[in-house]
Order: sequence, then structure tokens, then C-alpha cells
Amino acid sequence: MTGASVGVLVVLVALLVGTGFLLGRRTARPLRSSDVGTPVEHATFETLHTASLAAPPLRAGLTEESARRAARRLRSLLGTDALCLTDRDRVLVWDGAGPHHGKDVMEHLQEMLGTGRGTAFDSGCGDLDCPLRWAVAVPLTVENRVLGALVAYAPRESAVLARAAGEVARWVCVQLELAELDRSRTQLIEAEIKALRAQISPHFIFNSLAAIASFVRTDPEQARELLLEFADFTRYSFRRHGEFTTLADELHSIDQYLALVRARFGERLAVTLQVAPEVLSVALPFLCLQPLVENAVKHGLEGAVARSRITISALDAGSEAEVVIEDDGTGMDPARLRKILRGEGGTSAGIGLLNVDERLRQVYGDDYGLVIETGVGAGMKITLRLPKYRAGVHGS
Amino acid sequence: MSTPAPTASWVAVALVVLATVLVGGFGLRISRTTSDFYVASRTVRPRLNAAAISGEYLSAASFLGVAGLVLVHGPDMLWYPVGYTAGYLVLLIFVAAPLRRSGAYTLPDFAEGRLESRQVRRLVSALVVGAGWLYLVPQLQGAGLTLKILTGAPGWLGDVLVAAVVAAAVAAGGMRSITFVQVFQYWLKLTALLVPAFFLVLAWQGDGRPRGVLDEQLDVFRADHPLYATYGLIVATFLGTMGLPHVVVRFYTSPNGRDARRTTVAVLALVGLFYLLPPLYGALGRLYTPELRHGGDADAAVLLLPARVIGGLGGELLGALTAAGAFAAFLSTASGLTMAVAGVITQDVLPARGVRHFRLATLLAIAVPLVGSLLVSRVPVADAVGMAFAVSASSFCPLLVLGIWWRRLTPPGAVAGLLLGGGSALLAVTITVSGAVRPPGWPHALLAWPAVWSVPVGFLAMILVSLATPGRIPQGTNAAMTRFHLPEALTTARGMGRER
Repeated sequence: MTGASVGVLVVLVALLVGTGFLLGRRTARPLRSSDVGTPVEHATFETLHTASLAAPPLRAGLTEESARRAARRLRSLLGTDALCLTDRDRVLVWDGAGPHHGKDVMEHLQEMLGTGRGTAFDSGCGDLDCPLRWAVAVPLTVENRVLGALVAYAPRESAVLARAAGEVARWVCVQLELAELDRSRTQLIEAEIKALRAQISPHFIFNSLAAIASFVRTDPEQARELLLEFADFTRYSFRRHGEFTTLADELHSIDQYLALVRARFGERLAVTLQVAPEVLSVALPFLCLQPLVENAVKHGLEGAVARSRITISALDAGSEAEVVIEDDGTGMDPARLRKILRGEGGTSAGIGLLNVDERLRQVYGDDYGLVIETGVGAGMKITLRLPKYRAGVHGS
Repeated sequence: MSTPAPTASWVAVALVVLATVLVGGFGLRISRTTSDFYVASRTVRPRLNAAAISGEYLSAASFLGVAGLVLVHGPDMLWYPVGYTAGYLVLLIFVAAPLRRSGAYTLPDFAEGRLESRQVRRLVSALVVGAGWLYLVPQLQGAGLTLKILTGAPGWLGDVLVAAVVAAAVAAGGMRSITFVQVFQYWLKLTALLVPAFFLVLAWQGDGRPRGVLDEQLDVFRADHPLYATYGLIVATFLGTMGLPHVVVRFYTSPNGRDARRTTVAVLALVGLFYLLPPLYGALGRLYTPELRHGGDADAAVLLLPARVIGGLGGELLGALTAAGAFAAFLSTASGLTMAVAGVITQDVLPARGVRHFRLATLLAIAVPLVGSLLVSRVPVADAVGMAFAVSASSFCPLLVLGIWWRRLTPPGAVAGLLLGGGSALLAVTITVSGAVRPPGWPHALLAWPAVWSVPVGFLAMILVSLATPGRIPQGTNAAMTRFHLPEALTTARGMGRER
């Protein structure tokens, strides 16, 4: 019995160590500088490594939180006793010795924040042994706007520190510019969603109203139902707030869309829906299925005189939901499709596909783009995978 | 020898496995056309979801273990079913609705969403995998025991059989309509206990209602510190239910927080109904299978009673029915847990993603507990499950309760609480299971029932370290709290669809 228990203990410990190793391997940096290179190369590696550690926080822009995280790395990069990052109005973080010096920093910086030129000043400390008697301040500028300053302290004047601080500040500026770029990319995506909302085809509105009108005399009840579907559909599609929605809401809107389409085409369009109830609460980017369904309807009805069939399914797949939209319509040449997804398809075709693909990748990462199987005359099958949870994605 | 006939039992077990695969694979194949499609009507209603949760929750520990413990140790053991049920009351009051509104699918998701920290997420993942494995071991062992008693097959066969069926079903994606599978399993389990119980009570009445043994002074709690052990059990089960990975995952299916709460109420009713039955088997077992009190196989009482009391063809058939119920219990809990653990392994341990990795993760999720179940000495099923509850209560309960109700929780605080509370509980039960410390004596009692000290340790560590690191309160705390606590209708300006 004891033999078995010892065995079990050993197995459990081995498992724990294994798990720890796997987790550790994912977090550890691959580069360890002790194995190769000359001392100079080591120093270079060290510097680059420190710089790379300071980069991620700064990509969030210049805030108290990002400054706090980056300041320690920046100080070890410069090798000074104290370092301080400010924005235009106040000290964001003080890293290192003597934080009481931070009180009057802003006064020294007033002129520099105006001119955007680096400056050096005497910290005015009464204590002769104070290691922070002299400081060099360098502005942090993005597109000619001064966002703040980096201040490095030394016991006495030092040309080396002044030069190094200038270089580090320039590097920080590049990171901040990248942060700005991230922000404008997000804005671009938002603009694209707005465009997509506005893109709901005037033809569709016209055709829907015409179809409804044809029912007004013959079947007023049906006409009323359709008008209400139309109202609901437009309300959902034009809604202003929220980047995300739930699969239930999106499917509901698709249902209304299909009701309107069928009012016009009647028997020519057969739709099959297969939805696992478990995935209805999955959150996903707003208007991310509807363009695909519109596409399928268009392809299905194009050319084909006989019936066309569309299948929409949403299935549960562990920690993901799998949505498949399939039609048996005209399909598309794969080469052309590839072009469209690269954004080279011209303005007319497939903006919906490209936009959905880009948004999925942006929200969930490159593993979650659209998977499309198609051929000329062979119909089209689009598969999406949606993680059930992703930080920051809340359907409402 | 009045054991049930092997053939009937084999057939019953085979039928359960087949039915599970069929419902799982084809429950969804009935397609619908748009004419009768209305999404809102297709959401999982609270009652259906509750049956699914109950089906997944009522494991071998409930189906076999409770009766076995009552048989051997008497009415003190009723704390087990009370604890298993009351856990949902705590869940209902403190966690259900906010957890649903958080949008989290697993506990690591919740940790990441609330604390905005990858480190906390990784730690929670490791603990979820640990607790899940700990819970899986007794399920597999119970299956081995059942098969051995019913058919005389070697003890390891049942472990391997259940592990193989679960691995195949989960890895092949055959559990697609998991809700219906679990609903089916719940009603099967209830029927499998209720119908034989009806005949058993009739037989008992016909037998002249013997009661002698029931009134006899019963053995005390088997631990040498009975009061302490009882408290340990109460704390672990009351607070541990909310953190069990397969329970949390099911709440995601509820459309909103209010429905999550209603679901929990229905679960309380369904689980409570079920737990009326196992003690009955335990009591009857005292009368009719007294030899089990001294052997190690008291867990088998439920399976042996019908054949023993009623006998003949009827007894055999009823015995086969309980065997079917027992297998439903192993399969449903084991597959739910395996799915949950495999999901966490895919997301947080294996670096890249993809379906193939999910299969690999499934194998890993079930292989480790299988090896454990074959190596570790057989602890009574209900005890072993109690240990998984203790780990959950000392790590996930503080995380959930403080995460939902306390704004000042910080990532370092959460890490400290998880490591000190959950880590120490995990260590304690691992030592107990390995048999390194044996009864009697306080050391064994403290290690076997860690919840009494490890839960306060977890809470205290989380609170104190959080208070010491006020600068690390996540930026999104207020937004997260708003989302957790406001009903959905208020957080979304959009009214739900028009009146029809």
C-alpha cells in the first residue's frame, strides 16, 4: 500500500511540475543572455531586453498606470537614481529615490512643455550629498504635440545622461505614436460599422416596402406583420450604441430579414435553421452574421430559376460556438474571393465579407477569421468560430 | 448468491451508453424551417436547464455513495445530501445572477474579466484542472466498483470503460446537444432510484416492517473527531458547489441573470427531490444487506438491494435499472467534468488552439484521473468527492464571493487567497488520498477535512493582501460591478422586441 501511495505522490508532483513548466514556458522570455556572445553583446542584449519589457505598457498610451509599469524598466535602462514621467499637468510616476523632489518638478518643466525643447536644471536641493541635485528633462512628443516629459536625475551634470535620456525619450515617443495608431485603428473599425449600417441597401428597403404594399389589400394581417418585422429589423440595424450583440439578437434580426425576403420571393427561397440553444447567449460583434446571410440570399437567387436553399446552423463546440451559413447558389471563383478578402476586390463586391472577416480577426485574433469553401456553381459555405468568452466582449 | 444477473445488467449499461450517444448526437438533427423559428422561444427555459444542471451534478457520490455511508455510519451521514443541496442555496443568494451577467463561460474567464490579469487567470485554470481531476477520480472508481459487483468483471474494467466512452464522446464532438443529454440523465437517475424504491418499500411492508436494526445505537462518525469532521463537511459542501467547473459552465446557457436565479431555484427542488431516495436505500440496506457494513463495498448497497429484497425476475430487472442509473451518473458527471477541464486545458495550457488540440486536451483531461483511479486506494466515493468540494470552497468561493461583492479586491490579493486557501486544501487532500498520514489523531482529521481552516485562510489572505495593495485595484472594477449587479434591462437602453 505504501508503495502505491508513494507512486501516487510522485505522479502528482510530476504533474504539478509539468503544469508549472508549461505555464512557465509560456511566460518566460526565450532569450537568456548568459550562453552566447561577448560582454559587449551581452550588454546589448540586456538593453534590448529591458527596452522590450518597457514597450507593452506604453502601447496603452501615457497614463498613470502605463507610466507606473514602464518607469522601472526605463530607469534601469538609463541607470539613474531617480526617474519621473509627467504629462502636461502633473507627475504621473516617480521611480527611485527621493520622491519629495517631485513636488516642484512641474515648475521647472513649464517652459519646456511650451517650447518642446529639452532642458537641464538644478533640482535646487539644499542637501549637498543629495544624489538628485541635477536633472535632465526631455519632452515626449507625438506629431509635434508635447504630451509630457521624461525627467532623469543625477548627482551632478552629465553629458552622457543627457544624451541617453534624449535617446530613451525618442524611443518612448515611438511607442506612444504606436499607441496613437492603435487608437485610430479602433476608430476606423467603428467608422466601418457605421458604414455597414448605412450600407443596408436602398434596394432592399424599396423591395420590402413594395412587397408589403402588394399584401395590403389581399392580406392586411400579413401586411401588418411584415411592416412590424420591417420596423424591428431597421431598429436593430440602425441602433447607435454598442459594438457587440448576442447571437440570439443577431439571429432574431436575420429571421426578420428572411421573413421580408420570403414575402417577396415566396417559394423560391427555402431556409433551414439549426440552432443549439446553448450558444444563444454568445456575444459577438454587431452585424457580423447579417451581411453573410444577405450574401447567401443574393448568391442563391442570382441566376438560379429553381428553388434555392440556405442553411444556417449555430452549434455548441466546447468553449466555442460554430456558426455555418451555406447556400447552393452560384458560388464564386476562389481566386476572386481571395482577392476580395485581401481588400483588392474593388468597391462593389464583397465589402460585407471583408468587413466581417477583419472585425472578427480584430476582436478574437487571427485564428478566428472566416473560413469559406466555394467554387463556381458549387454554392458557398462560410464557417465562423466564436469563443464563448473573450475579455471585453459583452453582448448588450 | 443473490446478486443481479450479469446479462440484464450488461444490457442495461449498454442501453444507457447507447441512449447517451444517440441523444447527444441526434438531439439536434431535427431541423426547423423559418416558418416556426423564433429565436427567443428557443432559449433554454430555466426548468429545462435546471434538469440539465441536476443531471450533471448528481454524480456517483450521490447515487451510490450517500446510501453506502448511511448504511455503514447511520443518520449522521445525512449531512452529505443536505450539504450537496444547500450549496445551491448559497449559489443562488450570492453568485448565480451576477456570475451569469459577467458573461464568463468558465472560472478562469470570470477571474480574467473581473481582475484584468492573465496571471490570476492561469492560476485559476491550474486550480480548476486540479479540482476537476480530484472529482473525476471517484467517478471512475465508482464505475469500476459497479461493474465488478454486477458482472464480476475485474475492478479496473469499469474505470477504463467509462473513461473510454467519455473520451470518445467528448473528443468526437458527440456531446453537441449536451443539455438534452443531461436532462435525459437526470430523469433516468431519478427513475432508477424511484421505481425500485417503491417496490422495496412495498416488500418491506410485506415483510412485517422490521425495524430492529434501525433503532440500534449507530456507530459514531467514522472520523475520530466527529464534530470537527461534520463542520468540515458542511463548510466544504455549502461553499464548494459554486466553484465546481461543470456547474459554472452550465449557467452560461441561461439567457440572463434572472433566469439564472430561477434555474437555481428549480435545481434546489430537483436535487432535493432526488436526495430523498438514497437515505431510504441506506436504511433498507441496514436491514437486508448488513454484511456490507463490514466489507469495503458499502457503496454497492443501491445495486444489490433490489435482487436481495425482491428476488426473482422482478428483482433482477429492478437491479438492472439501478445499474443503468449508476452508469448514467458516472457518464453525465464525468463527461461534464471532462468537457470543462478539457476546455480549460485547451485555452490556457496548450499554447495553440484548434479542434485537434481540444481532442488532445480531452485525452489529457481524462487520462490523468484514470491513472489516478487505478493507483489510488479506494476511498469511499462520497468522501473523495468531499475533498474536491473542499478545494473548490477554499479557492473559488472566496474568489467568486469577493469578486462579486467587494470592490477592493486586487489581483495580488486574489493570487494570495487562491494559493494559500486552495493550494493548502489541495495539498491536504493529496496527502490524505496518498495515505501518508493515517487516522487516528488530529493531523489526519485536519488534512482530511481541510475546509474548516482553509476557507478562512483563503478569505483572509484575499482580503488582507487586497487591502495592502490598494493601488492595484483594476481600472474596470466599477464597470464590472455595474454589469454584475444591474438587471440586463437597465444596462441596455434597447427594449426587448415589440409585443406580439
